[in-house]
Amino acid sequence: MVENRPWLNIATHLVLILGTAIVLFPVWVAFMASTYTGVEIDQGAMPLLPGGSLIDNYRLILGEGASREGLPPVGPMLVNSLVMALCIAIGKIVISLLSAFAIVYFRFPLRNLAFWMIFITLMLPVEVRIVPTYQVIADLGMLNSYAGLTIPLIASATATFLYRQLFLTIPDELAEAARVDGAGPWKFFKDILIPLSRTNTAALFVILFIYGWNQYLWPLLVTTRPDYYTVVMGIQRLTSAAQDQPVWHLAMGTATLAMLPPVVVVLVMQRLFVKGLVETEK
Amino acid sequence: MTEKRVVFRGWLLPAAFLLPQLAITVVFFFWPAAQAVRQSLFREDAFGFGSRFVGMENFERLFASSHYLASFQVTIVFALATTALAMGTALVLAIAVDRLAKRGAAYTPLIVWPYAVAPAIAGVLWWFLFNPSVGVVAYMLHALGIGWNHLLDGNQALILVIVAAAWKQISYNFIFFLAGLQAIPRSLIEAAAIDGAGPFKRTLTIVLPLLSPTTFFLLVVNIVYAFFDTFGVIHATTSGGPGQSTTTLVYKAWADGFLGQNFGASAAQSVVLTAIVLALTVIQFRFVERRVHY
Repeated sequence: MVENRPWLNIATHLVLILGTAIVLFPVWVAFMASTYTGVEIDQGAMPLLPGGSLIDNYRLILGEGASREGLPPVGPMLVNSLVMALCIAIGKIVISLLSAFAIVYFRFPLRNLAFWMIFITLMLPVEVRIVPTYQVIADLGMLNSYAGLTIPLIASATATFLYRQLFLTIPDELAEAARVDGAGPWKFFKDILIPLSRTNTAALFVILFIYGWNQYLWPLLVTTRPDYYTVVMGIQRLTSAAQDQPVWHLAMGTATLAMLPPVVVVLVMQRLFVKGLVETEK
Repeated sequence: MTEKRVVFRGWLLPAAFLLPQLAITVVFFFWPAAQAVRQSLFREDAFGFGSRFVGMENFERLFASSHYLASFQVTIVFALATTALAMGTALVLAIAVDRLAKRGAAYTPLIVWPYAVAPAIAGVLWWFLFNPSVGVVAYMLHALGIGWNHLLDGNQALILVIVAAAWKQISYNFIFFLAGLQAIPRSLIEAAAIDGAGPFKRTLTIVLPLLSPTTFFLLVVNIVYAFFDTFGVIHATTSGGPGQSTTTLVYKAWADGFLGQNFGASAAQSVVLTAIVLALTVIQFRFVERRVHY
């Protein structure tokens, strides 16, 4: 700070306290809702302090309770989300590492074509070409499978470009030295490039894990059998399956559970995640 | 494209390394994209017995349809309001955190975490807050004499999805604004302070202009987000209604394709959306790349 102005400091703190309160408010209310019984919530005017049914509700959500209300069970949905997020994150990282290495360290026919084919996919989200992509998956018989849930979402190039940029900053002397020492391309890739990109890979993993976990439209289309539901899309089934009013306490409890893993990942890996995000987008 | 001086020889290994990425890209990107273009030129028979070539007719119908033009309008209002709300709030919070320097860092995790919340979940959370019968915010609004029912009032439904979409995006903008603010050299601010400029004047005349590349980048990213990534916010809450009041372009492309089974119209909409993304990308590259000096 350049100069000391006590009143302005207080005002700044007030702005931040108000801001974080607004940011936290929806989650606080959702969590509070998940500590009451359905009857208590339906009386109107949701209380903002915790009620007494926290353990009962979460036992109900993770156990049989949600399915007794005609809703899909939440436990398997969490597992599906985890599988989907991990497959997408790991899949993208693996194919991106490989193709960035091929593009940066080799000269071969059609290299530029391959480069542009990947480049052009950079900006088009799956939402834009949703119907034809769905038809491809249906034609290939990949509905209701983990492959159908994950593989189409792996086809984007952001990670490839992050690795390409990174590899271009690695000094040529390193590859030269490796060659002089008799290391082939595979050994160079495995023993030098992969370890050198460790921090970037970790940051990328956080971002892609969240991306995969939070998918909504794609799982909604590809999964028609409840045993392949993911938790984020399952929320919608929870809030719309019951006849007139959603089962609020169970829905909000499930929303809390659905938020928990990615939020924990962001908070634990905050520094890495912020660095990775700013770099990826540049 | 900068090149490496030292390269490995051979083409078998790089071809094998590129194969997974290219295979996925061709099957799940180029094939569907080509299908979208093809379908946009055909009209499906009403009974599903094949389709016939109609040329640009799907596009002509699209732009003659008042529903489609209405969803264009909804999308633009939605995107501008979401962008303004998310960027404005994030900028204020980022300037505040930056001002407090080290002590401000304590607030960062509290503001950053909603990045990890899925748009659909954000929608459900605000939907609950605004729910006319049990929602806390709806209750407060009633106490203030404002009748709230987004199930009946289209404008209120639009406000609901804007608030939910913007809330989720504040953290993202905050991260980039804060990084931009911290990249501004301290000496510039100090020089201005010595010349007698107070904190507000410094923000207006030095900080904001230097932040303009970040702002422009975020503007494009936020518009793309509001256009394409907010399907979950809308589908999980208002389902495009009441009427058409929260039907955005992406929502309509999905609804026409999957609910209406009108593949030609939906494919034509996909092509239009693709053109919009490409235009936004070109704008971003032309302006941002030229102005930003890393």
